[in-house]
Amino acid sequence: MANIISDETIEYVGILAKLELSDEEKEQAKSDMGRMLDYIDKLGELDTTGVEPMSHVFPVQNVFREDVVTNGDTREELLSNAPEQKDGMFMVPKTFDS
Amino acid sequence: MDITKLTATELSAAMKEGKTTALEAAEVMLARIEQQDEILNCYVTVDGEGALRQAKEVQEKIEAGELTGPLAGVPVAVKDNMCTEGLLTTCSSKILGNFVPTYTAEAVRQLKKAGAVILGKTNMDEFAMGSTTETSAYGVTRNPWNREHVPGGSSGGSAAAVAAGECFYALGSDTGGSIRQPASYCGVVGMKPTYGTVSRYGLIAYGSSLDQIGPLGKDVTDCAAVLQAISSHDTKDSTSVERQDLDFMSALKEDVQGMRIGIPNDYFGDGLDEEVKEAVLKAAKELEEKGAIVEHFDLSLVEYAIPTYYTIAAAEASSNLERFDGIKYGYRTEDYAGLHNMYKKSRSEGFGEEVKRRIMLGSFVLSSGYYDAYYLKALRVKALIKKAFDDAFEKYDVILGPVAPTTAPRLGASLSDPIKMYLGDIYTIAVNLAGLPAISLPCGIDKNGLPIGLQLIGDCFQEKKLIQTAYTYEKVRGSFGLEEQGQRTERPMQGNAGVEKVMGSSCMEQEGQRHE
Repeated sequence: MANIISDETIEYVGILAKLELSDEEKEQAKSDMGRMLDYIDKLGELDTTGVEPMSHVFPVQNVFREDVVTNGDTREELLSNAPEQKDGMFMVPKTFDS
Repeated sequence: MDITKLTATELSAAMKEGKTTALEAAEVMLARIEQQDEILNCYVTVDGEGALRQAKEVQEKIEAGELTGPLAGVPVAVKDNMCTEGLLTTCSSKILGNFVPTYTAEAVRQLKKAGAVILGKTNMDEFAMGSTTETSAYGVTRNPWNREHVPGGSSGGSAAAVAAGECFYALGSDTGGSIRQPASYCGVVGMKPTYGTVSRYGLIAYGSSLDQIGPLGKDVTDCAAVLQAISSHDTKDSTSVERQDLDFMSALKEDVQGMRIGIPNDYFGDGLDEEVKEAVLKAAKELEEKGAIVEHFDLSLVEYAIPTYYTIAAAEASSNLERFDGIKYGYRTEDYAGLHNMYKKSRSEGFGEEVKRRIMLGSFVLSSGYYDAYYLKALRVKALIKKAFDDAFEKYDVILGPVAPTTAPRLGASLSDPIKMYLGDIYTIAVNLAGLPAISLPCGIDKNGLPIGLQLIGDCFQEKKLIQTAYTYEKVRGSFGLEEQGQRTERPMQGNAGVEKVMGSSCMEQEGQRHE
């Protein structure tokens, strides 16, 4: 029943989670996740055949509204939170080589 | 008049009678924060200047008769995961260490409309992930009842601030017990409303299908008043529910005649501290003596709630926390090679250990190949848990039990073993999975002088039954709080008052030492 998390799995989860872990952190993460999954495996004891997955307790539906702008122009305020900005835009590292 | 002894609604009433002012109340609170908070650390950010400015404006409106509500002029503390325009909002994380929102959360906006004066933002577990307020990037908050113990979490700063008299009431958020459990550990009242009752607009999301904002206050009346003020149908939150009856204060009635109260046997098994058990069952007895019909029953599935919760909450967290990427706001790493490396390094340096643990788990249970086995399985069990509550509420108006298996643990005792810490949420967590309302209120003090919490759970939209039951119990129990506890120790009367005295004086000594 014990879940053994492989190096490949932790590597893959790191990519999905966009996290960079040191070797030490990886070992810790492998053990933590294995223990958590052992614990979650308890749900396997329950027969859920024919039970619909319930994402919300109430029957919520998509809420539509007219496509009209209701907020003001807060560009300056929004940009002031950015780590780097230039000419009224967010600055990001170079993403591809020409 | 010593206004610090008043509840929020009493304070507002005193303002209307001209006995005090909003400005005086804000000044008194800021002075107490100045005096105590260096040690307690309830607040991440104190907005002294802003509070005084708001207080002056509110006072004018009270005098002009424009603000007449039960909370007008009262100073409040807001958990640091709710956006406040122009005021630092960190989620107790390094990654949001410099984030100043450009808008205010709807619940906070509603409070301001009711004349609240915002003192500042309270400490919490980072991104509300934790049960002790020890995962904050800005230091631990100490429990005002005993400073060597945790205040609980994740709304630990809010609960401790109310208990220590550093605000008159506070807002918290509850994803798996994060209002009720710290309320219990700090001897205050905390309420988690039915999912969808309070808008989540501007609440920095952790587990969106479980998160709900609610009040922490000195008594049930204050919580009812705050809940009434913050409840609204908000088109900016697509899960907001349109409710007809939001007059929660009308349920403040001392009457449980014929109220059907169910006590789940499964909440009183292994792991429950004997003193907590006794205090909770004594409260049930007292309600029975007031005319309630009390029965024991089997709720079932209780041991499956925690694994279900951690699967769903981690999955939603991994998705919700993807937005923290070092581009639009928040922390960006110094050195990086290209865009993806910048994302990874900013996030790895910006998030704390517990947050990373949950993001990793969430990413895993949502990944292809595991999605059905873990995530969908959890959503199916969630449906079964909801059904178990539906069945219970066919027989009972209110479910009564403990809030947590123990009173507040010592600082540093919980974080080393995550699963053990998660087990502490066993009585609160299923409530969030089923979207139910629940309230936590003090029902005793253990031999170490720490408060014990009583939890009442209601069916969806039945907050009024909870408020009525809680209010009735509160009347039977009598006043409760750090102040009362201190007074009682001076004139011991009965039972374990001797023990209380010892604890009380040791707290006083600590206080004395720290003020030297």
